[in-house]
Amino acid sequence: MTSSSEAHPREYITIYFNGEAYKVPKGLTIMKALEYAGFRFTRGSGCRGGFCGACPVIYRFPGDYKVRVGLACQTAVEDGMFISLIPYVPLVERIPKREELKPEPGYVVKLFPEISRCVSCNSCSKACPQGLKPMDAIQAILRGDLKKAAELTFECIACGLCSLRCPAEIRHHAVFRLVGRVVGVHYISRAKSVETRVREIESGKYNKAFETLLSMPMSEVRKIYEEFMKTGRLPEFLEVK
Amino acid sequence: MSGYPPEMRKLIQVVEDTRKERLKAPPPKRLTLAERDALVKVWHPDYKPEFKRAVRIGPCKGMVMYSVMADLLESWPIVKPSEVDLSHVDYDVDVLIIGSGGAGLTAAWWAVKSGVDPSNVLIVTKLRLGDSNTVKYQSGTQAATAPDDSPIIHFLDTLAGAHFTNNPKLVRVLVEEAPFIIKWLEELGVRWSRVGDDVERVSGGGASRPRLHCAGDYTGLEVMRVLKDEVRSMGIPVLEFHPAVELLTEPETGAVSGAVLLNLDTGEYKVVRSKVTIIATGGCGRLHIAGFPTTNHYGATADGLVLAYRVGAGLVDMDTLQYHPTGVAWPEAILGELIPEKTRSVGAQLVNVRGQRFIYELEPRDVVASAEIRECAEGRGVITPTGTCGVWLDTPLIEMIHGPGAVKRELPALYRMFLRHGIDITEEPILTYPTLHYQNGGVMIDEWTHVLRPSGETIKGLLAAGEVAGGIHGKNRLAGNSTADIFVFGKRAGITAAKLVKELHKPRISLNHLEHYMNELRSIGVPETRRAPIILPDYRGETVLKRIIKLTFTY
Repeated sequence: MTSSSEAHPREYITIYFNGEAYKVPKGLTIMKALEYAGFRFTRGSGCRGGFCGACPVIYRFPGDYKVRVGLACQTAVEDGMFISLIPYVPLVERIPKREELKPEPGYVVKLFPEISRCVSCNSCSKACPQGLKPMDAIQAILRGDLKKAAELTFECIACGLCSLRCPAEIRHHAVFRLVGRVVGVHYISRAKSVETRVREIESGKYNKAFETLLSMPMSEVRKIYEEFMKTGRLPEFLEVK
Repeated sequence: MSGYPPEMRKLIQVVEDTRKERLKAPPPKRLTLAERDALVKVWHPDYKPEFKRAVRIGPCKGMVMYSVMADLLESWPIVKPSEVDLSHVDYDVDVLIIGSGGAGLTAAWWAVKSGVDPSNVLIVTKLRLGDSNTVKYQSGTQAATAPDDSPIIHFLDTLAGAHFTNNPKLVRVLVEEAPFIIKWLEELGVRWSRVGDDVERVSGGGASRPRLHCAGDYTGLEVMRVLKDEVRSMGIPVLEFHPAVELLTEPETGAVSGAVLLNLDTGEYKVVRSKVTIIATGGCGRLHIAGFPTTNHYGATADGLVLAYRVGAGLVDMDTLQYHPTGVAWPEAILGELIPEKTRSVGAQLVNVRGQRFIYELEPRDVVASAEIRECAEGRGVITPTGTCGVWLDTPLIEMIHGPGAVKRELPALYRMFLRHGIDITEEPILTYPTLHYQNGGVMIDEWTHVLRPSGETIKGLLAAGEVAGGIHGKNRLAGNSTADIFVFGKRAGITAAKLVKELHKPRISLNHLEHYMNELRSIGVPETRRAPIILPDYRGETVLKRIIKLTFTY
């Protein structure tokens, strides 16, 4: 719940957005601080929890050449920050249908030929707000190890910052999505337990039990559950073997 | 390293001092159904009459609900019917899908697989394709796939978690089709977490078998990556940054026949005519009901509910909401963000300021949330430097139980989120408090997702799936049942839409249904400044808002 502001006075700091200074409360994220300052987002705000990649941000501190990266919804403001939002990175691609996906490294390179231009500069990895290693993933693809590449990029949120920094102009998250799909479709065996259960349900195995349950008053169903909580056992007509 | 201020650090000492003993001691006893009921009735916000009132107009006139929701339903449209030119149709399609989260994309996929030409489908979405709560889902999807589990047990758990208030017919559909969804998504290429050759199954609150299917704690990210790819590769047209602001209806029958959209960038409206409209707009967390922060994405403002209500939809269980027991209570920057259920599933304990456990952590969500609220209200909570209250979630236990590396392996997103604020959750506990998470109730639907009037009669041309729909979860949802819901009922909406398309002719469009609604608004004297849907929350600071000069009505 929110608290009263009087009992807990706030400390203010100054941030710079698009070059303008704004006084904002300490402790907020960049996104919340800019909203506090009067901005209303349509672009550049999505899940607000670090999962969707809508709010990549770059910033610098005075007297420091280093470009820093983050997600506006996850990065706390600091005094003196110069901030720029990058709500959109153009990555144009053709998305193949699942039936077209081929479990071959050469297939990924064919769709994204630019990955062979990777010079291993590691700029992409330095730009990743998730702390992933996109360069290692690109190299893994070039070595033919799609599984490794998929593993390295499983937590990619597709913000696009790496692609902005890449001298080889690689469309990283499109590449990684393709690799993930090839691996998901072709390299992982299907779970047999799941298929078995689906077949059982389709065969109508539980129909009778459900029909009985649905015909009972809720108070009776509740009693069954209370008994189940105590003994761990269901009445016989529900124990479908 | 500690992201905690010294006064909180001092309190953490108590958690550390009691940790070893707590790990050895037996867990708090599980509550009986009667004890569960008693706890929530005292402490849960759903039972606080001061947050509620009866809605005064519309099909469910007299229904008691959260006042914020009633205000929203008693709002003027944001477009004036006389100012919309319906003689020009911008998009003429068979199936219009409003919303691009899990339910919307699943509906689109199944509509096309069931025979609708992709070019005759249109997905419209408020933000980008896939911006939704689905992309944030972490703990997994419930499905009774284990040999020692069954859809029957899943059915009973789901009813019990909701205090037996669900529509059992909808629950049956949910539990019988959930395993199919796991299989379907696996075939599309979703990489479920595995244990050897089998899928991993994690315990969730209120479930008597482990049946959460996850992909690390980036489950939603992985599922949405696949679904977005599928939908785009199938060539289904998508309009991003185009929320629907009103439904259209056939002048004579009142059947739904399309929607008016708003281009968020330009402010221009667009007219869509459709034979079938599927509402998949999600929930309402961004309304911050009862003053709670939320786990929800930026666009969760109950738009679909408002639109459906205006064309006559019945509503159910609008007097309840889900407050997820473990929202972030510190640091303030990420206040209200989700700490997934899985954190408790893998062993983190809830601990009060005295270092005591106070509830079995895997009770249903309303029960755990109520227990936390009780601890804080009775002075056993931790007060933060900003004056909020919370209880500890003792995450360092996870690695004591499962060995080093377990947190990074099982909860990489959570680990990363706190590390960004200087807190290493393998070494320090998390401060947590309930956060607004889920709309349990919503629009009345039948088993094939037809939207129903309060009388039970269907509204022709209108389907709903996902969080916007009610009845499935009754008055409290179990972990992992929402994502089972969006895929199960999203699929049914797609299949139903494809069937209806074959039966229906191109409809006529109007905004006639608003006339009656606006008369009702006038009769109760709602000020014309109160408008809905609200599309996006307004977080601008007070100091700015006090001095705003409005140039035009824009977003």
